[in-house]
Amino acid sequence: MTRRPLSRILAVTSAAALALAMAACSSDAGDAEDSAGTTAEPTEETDDAAAAEFPEGSTMAGLVEDGSVTVGTKFDQPGFGLLNPTTNEPEGFDVEIAKIIVDELGLSAEDIEWVETVSANREPFIQEGRVDFVVATYTINDTRKEVIDFAGPYYQAGQDIMVAAGNPLGITGPDDLAGTTTCSVEGSTPAENIRTNYPDAELTLFDVYSKCAEALKNGQVDSVTTDNVILLGIIAQDPESFELVDNPFTEEPYGIGVQKGDDDFRSFINDVLEASYEDGRWAEAWDATAGQFAETPEPPAVDRY
Amino acid sequence: MSAILDNLDLYWSGFLTTVSLSVLAALLAFALGTVLAAFRVSPFPPLAGFGTAYVETVRNTPLTVLWFFMVFGLPLLNLTLPSFFVAGVLALGLYTAAFVCEAVRSGINSVSAGQAEAARAIGLTFTQSLRLVVLPQAFRTVVPPLGNVWIALVKNSSIGAAFAVTEITAVATRLANSNPADVIAVFLGAAVAYLVLTLSSGLALEIIERRVVVLR
Amino acid sequence: MSDQTVLYDHLGPKGRRNVRIGTAVGAVFLLGLIALALVQLQQSGQLEGERWAILFDPDTGVPQGLMRALLATLRAAVVAMALSMLLGALLAVGRLSEHAWVRVPITAVVQFFRGVPLLLLILFAYLALPQLGIDLNLFWTLVVGLTAYNMAVLGEIFRAGILSVDRGQWEAAYALGLRKSQVMRLVLVPQAVRRMLPAIVSQLVTLLKDTSLGFIIGYFELLRQGRAYVEFYGARYGLQIYVAVAIIYISVNLMLSLLARWLDKRTSRSPKAAAVELPDEYEPVVPLGRE
Repeated sequence: MTRRPLSRILAVTSAAALALAMAACSSDAGDAEDSAGTTAEPTEETDDAAAAEFPEGSTMAGLVEDGSVTVGTKFDQPGFGLLNPTTNEPEGFDVEIAKIIVDELGLSAEDIEWVETVSANREPFIQEGRVDFVVATYTINDTRKEVIDFAGPYYQAGQDIMVAAGNPLGITGPDDLAGTTTCSVEGSTPAENIRTNYPDAELTLFDVYSKCAEALKNGQVDSVTTDNVILLGIIAQDPESFELVDNPFTEEPYGIGVQKGDDDFRSFINDVLEASYEDGRWAEAWDATAGQFAETPEPPAVDRY
Repeated sequence: MSAILDNLDLYWSGFLTTVSLSVLAALLAFALGTVLAAFRVSPFPPLAGFGTAYVETVRNTPLTVLWFFMVFGLPLLNLTLPSFFVAGVLALGLYTAAFVCEAVRSGINSVSAGQAEAARAIGLTFTQSLRLVVLPQAFRTVVPPLGNVWIALVKNSSIGAAFAVTEITAVATRLANSNPADVIAVFLGAAVAYLVLTLSSGLALEIIERRVVVLR
Repeated sequence: MSDQTVLYDHLGPKGRRNVRIGTAVGAVFLLGLIALALVQLQQSGQLEGERWAILFDPDTGVPQGLMRALLATLRAAVVAMALSMLLGALLAVGRLSEHAWVRVPITAVVQFFRGVPLLLLILFAYLALPQLGIDLNLFWTLVVGLTAYNMAVLGEIFRAGILSVDRGQWEAAYALGLRKSQVMRLVLVPQAVRRMLPAIVSQLVTLLKDTSLGFIIGYFELLRQGRAYVEFYGARYGLQIYVAVAIIYISVNLMLSLLARWLDKRTSRSPKAAAVELPDEYEPVVPLGRE
């Protein structure tokens, strides 16, 4: 083999790599693989009218001017934020709430760019402005309030326990977990709660709840514990295998995360939430999504701190 | 920094889990890998075929996929393992065995033909030549690549974090979640923990190499 | 020992008969195991056609989605490879520098990125870089993680290659009056790359597998896409979807391994680039034994 064919191979492969890199760069703007969602297309007519409503320099005005909003949500929570792989967009209650907020900005649902925010990265994403706000089964607590701010709450969940259908171990509450194995996600608040307050329960920790469900089905763990709505979503997909103990033992207020100190944006979102409670959009959003498998509750009072 | 110092006990338990997972998986991998290498050089086509099939399949599968099948696929075959830790040892060990096999096989290849010919000339059988003459010499040339396999194994143990093994990476994820202001420090702590293992293994390797390696 | 049959005499008639019996017994045993596994799967209902049909039904979007995710995997892998080759070459040259102020920090960088798990590097890039002010999207975060790790590994491979080039080459280059950078660029690195080509392509196979670590940050590569389908369509399709994912990975990687072996055969025909005895400081993902 002479020198020429090999350098030709190398030249072709590096050209191909460069071409792919170019393709990667150019498709970043509307990358379907990493942030399932659509490219932002500013809707010209509503821009000026909406921008006029918001104070200069506020986040809302900035968003309207950009014509697009980046929203962080979960992609793997049935009923709240679950990616529909056929449309490449997430669906669920959190998604609908985000759409209501964006609608109040004067933009449309097509202007939203959805980003998957898993539990570990919600704060860094908000802090660094990677997302404009996060609505992702995001429990409000004081540790998080040190680095970001919360609008809402827009829903009150509670930690609960899911067991195999028939409840073979007769678990009725967290105290019954002593001496059994319970599954949750590493780093989550429910896991931390069990570790601190119910140390006799043996914790098994995966990185996603779907693995916990799988483990429960195989009998590898005795129960799964997290927020009741998340459990209900899992049960809805496989009602014959699981059941909910239905004894919530904490209060998990779900809030909308925004940058620390952005009080204007926070008030705006709180206003939108309260309005949606009044005019029924909140209830509508619930019925269309999580309401399919969970009862419609009363909306919680927003906390303007 | 406080996030690390306040949680040293947690880091330590994660470190111990990583070490125990790695050591047990390594024992499985080295034992199985040597057997597989023997299979691949043996005169028995079924054994050689099995060895080749095993290595080619396992080497080309991502460890995460393999680990997933160990944890969630085995129960579908009615095989229940005693714990997720054991599943992890199995996944990591079976995966690494393929690489050990290739390293040992290259060691066998590197032993000069004269050795095997002499062994046959004095009447040793296949297993005897392998066991008494070839493998001991092969292992001395194979120490450096095996050392690298060990280091890769230690790093691969981090995948256990996604499969209910609370090792260093899982600890880091937990602390990053509970200390959102100190994320970088938390992960640097985890990196240091791994570096302690990999760098010390590298040093130990160099010492062993100097004593044992045969110049080719 | 290049010919493995020196380990045993060529088999006579009895030996060959034993091999045939052994092969038959082994085959029966293996088939028995497979049958047992299939029976278990049948009992848990995993073999129902309806479950497997989802893989081939374009209406569910599963086949298209998996292919799209495969492309996403390949894209990240190829870009990371190109970047890590470039940076790896630079690191290798840096490690061979006579100036300690260049050599020492670069050695430290290489040891750091090689000693830390790739999963951690990806997580670190994902969570920590934004806090340092570097704002990357998911694709580039994964690429940065993959590149950081592989540039260190490739750097070591290149260094081994450069060191293995016949000293006559660089002696002649210096004698001709070329400066250090020209010697590296025009003489040593090209030859090193050619010699290391099999090792490099094998590293591509490893890199492709390592893109599956993107699942931890939610990059929609093949494994994550599979999980999204399982979460959307239900866990009853779990085994089927993950088996499909595994088969796709194995096939693609097998093709790449075959490419590595083909390239190896082509380069070893040329005396300029005969596969060199590779020094042992890098991971043995190269098929070290000859078939």
